[in-house]
Amino acid sequence: MPETRPCNGCAATKTAAAKSETSRRSWLFKAGIALNAVAGVLFAIPLLGYVLSGLFGKNPYRTWIALGGVDAFPENNTRLATFRNPFVTAWDGATGDIPCWVRRLEGDKFQVFAINCTHLGCPVRWFQESHLFMCPCHGGVFYEDGNRASGPPPRGLFEYQNKVENGQLMINGGHLPNLSDPA
Amino acid sequence: MISILRSSALWLEDRLHITKLYAATAGHHVPASTNSWFYVFGSGTLVCLILQIVTGICLAFVYVPSADHSWTTLQYLNDQQFLGSFLRAVHYWASNFMVGIMTLHVIQVFLFGAYKYPRELTWISGCILLFCTLGMAFTGQVLRFDQDAYWGLGIGASIMGRVPVLGAQLVRFMLAGPIIGGATLTRFFSLHVFIIPGLILALVALHLRLVLTKGINEYPKPGHPVVKETYDQEYEELIHKDGVPFAPNVIGKDLLFSASVILGILVCALVFGHRGPTGPPDPTLIITAPKPDYYFLPVFAGLALLPAYTETVLLLTLPVVIIVLLVALPFISNTGEKSWRRRPFSVLLVAGTMVVLFLLAQSGLTSPWSPSMSAWSSDPIPVRYLAGRTPLEVHGAIVIQNKQCRNCHSLGGRGGLRGPMLDGVATRLTADQLVRQVIQGSGNMPAYGKNLSPAEVSAVVAFMETLRPASEPPAHDANKH
Repeated sequence: MPETRPCNGCAATKTAAAKSETSRRSWLFKAGIALNAVAGVLFAIPLLGYVLSGLFGKNPYRTWIALGGVDAFPENNTRLATFRNPFVTAWDGATGDIPCWVRRLEGDKFQVFAINCTHLGCPVRWFQESHLFMCPCHGGVFYEDGNRASGPPPRGLFEYQNKVENGQLMINGGHLPNLSDPA
Repeated sequence: MISILRSSALWLEDRLHITKLYAATAGHHVPASTNSWFYVFGSGTLVCLILQIVTGICLAFVYVPSADHSWTTLQYLNDQQFLGSFLRAVHYWASNFMVGIMTLHVIQVFLFGAYKYPRELTWISGCILLFCTLGMAFTGQVLRFDQDAYWGLGIGASIMGRVPVLGAQLVRFMLAGPIIGGATLTRFFSLHVFIIPGLILALVALHLRLVLTKGINEYPKPGHPVVKETYDQEYEELIHKDGVPFAPNVIGKDLLFSASVILGILVCALVFGHRGPTGPPDPTLIITAPKPDYYFLPVFAGLALLPAYTETVLLLTLPVVIIVLLVALPFISNTGEKSWRRRPFSVLLVAGTMVVLFLLAQSGLTSPWSPSMSAWSSDPIPVRYLAGRTPLEVHGAIVIQNKQCRNCHSLGGRGGLRGPMLDGVATRLTADQLVRQVIQGSGNMPAYGKNLSPAEVSAVVAFMETLRPASEPPAHDANKH
C-alpha cells in the first residue's frame, strides 16, 4: 500500500528518507535471513547427530557372547544354538534372540556360523544326512565347513570368531552379518 | 429458517470466497474431450489414498509399534477388536487397489503423451508419488511385523550390505541399530505414518495444483503433435472454444469410478479378508521361507532368476536407472506426437513391461527356484520306480531320499523344482556323467563327493540308470562311438 504521509519539506529530504528507509529494510531482511540460517544450522546439527548416531567409526556392536557349555555340543555334530543379543532394548522382544549354527569338530575346535545366507539373509537350515546347509529362498547351498557349495550366494557362510573359556563356548558378535560387515 | 441459512451462507462466502475458490478448482474449465473413462484413474488413486488415511488412523488407535507387542496387537485386531479384522482387510485391499489403479494411471498418462510440454512437472511429481506409494507398500508390510516382515527386512539389509564403501553404514541406518528389532520397527513406523504420508500429501497438492495451472491433457488426436511455440495458445483456444467446467460436466465419470473402487475394496475385504500376520517375528523359528506381497513379487522373482554375477550390479544400478529414466522422460521426449496410435514403440514398451512384470510375479508366486525343504522326508519315491529293482538300485533310491536330493529334484511330479527332475534322467546322462555330476556338482548343485561314500555313489547312479521309459534308449556318450 502506498504511504501517504504528509510531506512538509522539500523533495530532496523526502527521497533521502525513503532511501534510508529502504536500506534499513533491506538490512533487516538480510539480517533476518542470516540469523535464521544460523539458527537452522544450530538446529540441524543435533538433529543429524541424533538420526545418524552410531553409524560412523568402528562397528560398536561387537562383543563376546556365551553360547553355553561346550558339552551341549557333541563332537562331529552341527547344532542350532540361540543367544540373546547383548545390544537390545526392553521392547525388542523375541527379535533379540539370535540363532546360529555351532559345529564342533573335536575338543575345543568349533566353527560357529551365522544363520543368515550370504545371498539375501534368509535362514539356512542344516541337513545332518547330507552334511549341507541349504537356504529355502533361492537354493543357496553350503558345505559343513561353511564354504559355498552352489547356488547364488557370493561367498561362504558368515563365521563368528569363537573361543572356549571356562568350558563355555563364546562367540564375537552382536550385529546382523552382511557382505559389508561380516560376522 | 431459510433466511438464517442464507445469511450464514453469505457470511461464509464473504469470509472464505467459496464461489471464487470453486470456480478456480472443481469448476475450472477443461477440454470437453477429457470427459472420458480413460481419465478416471487419477481420482481413483486419490480415493484409495483417502481410504488408506482413514483406515490407517483407525488401525493406529490399536496398533503398537513395538517389536515385543506389534504381533500381539495384530492378533488382537484380528480376533478381539470389533470390526478390527475388517478394517485391516480394507487397509490391505485399498493398498492393492491403490497400486493397481495408480499403475493404470501411469500407463494412461504415458500412452496419451500427457507428460510432454508443458506438463513435465506434473509427470515428475507423479513419479515421486509412485515411488512414495511403493514405499508405503513396503513399509506397510514391515508393520505387519511377522516372520515374513522379519526376513524381508533381512533381505533389505542384505541388499544394502552389497553397496560398496557405505554398505555397513546403510545397513545400520536401515535397521536403526545392530539387528532387526524394536528400533527397526519404529523407524519403519515413522516412515509409514509420518514421513511418506506427509510427502504424499504435499506432492498430491503440487500434482493437483499443476493440473490447474497447466491444465489437464486434452484427449490427443493422431497427427496433432505438440509444438512448444504454439501449444499454450492452442490449449487456451481449446478451453475457450470447447471448454466445460470439470464439475459438474466431467466429474460424473470420476464419481462413478470412485464409488466403484470403494465398493470393490469393501467387497474384496469382505470376501478375501485381511492378510496375516504369519508366524511371530522370532528369528529362532528358522523353518520359514519369506515371500513378499504381490507388488514386490517381480523383484523377488528377478533376484532369483538373474545370474548370480549380475546381481549386485543390477540390484544397485537398475532401480537408479529406472528412476532416472522415468523422471527424465518428459525431457527425453518433450514434444511431438501424443496419440498412442502414432507411437507404436511406446505401446510396445508398455505391453512388454507389463508382460515381464506379470510373468515374473506369476513365477514369484510358485517360486520354482526355491528348494522344497521337506520333500526328502515327506514325498516318498513312487512305488513304480522301485518295483522289480535290484537291492543295489533300491539302496540308491534310499540314499537319494536320505541325502535330501529330492529337495531340489522332483520324482514322479513331487519334490523341489530347483534342479532338473530325475524322471528320465537316464535318457539324458550316461552312468559316467551321472557319477561326475553327483561327485563334482556344478552351477546350482553342490558337490556330493565329500558326503557320499563310493558305495553310495554307485548305488545312486545304479538307481538313476533305471529312470527312463522303456520305450526310450539310455543316454549315450557322444565321445564314444
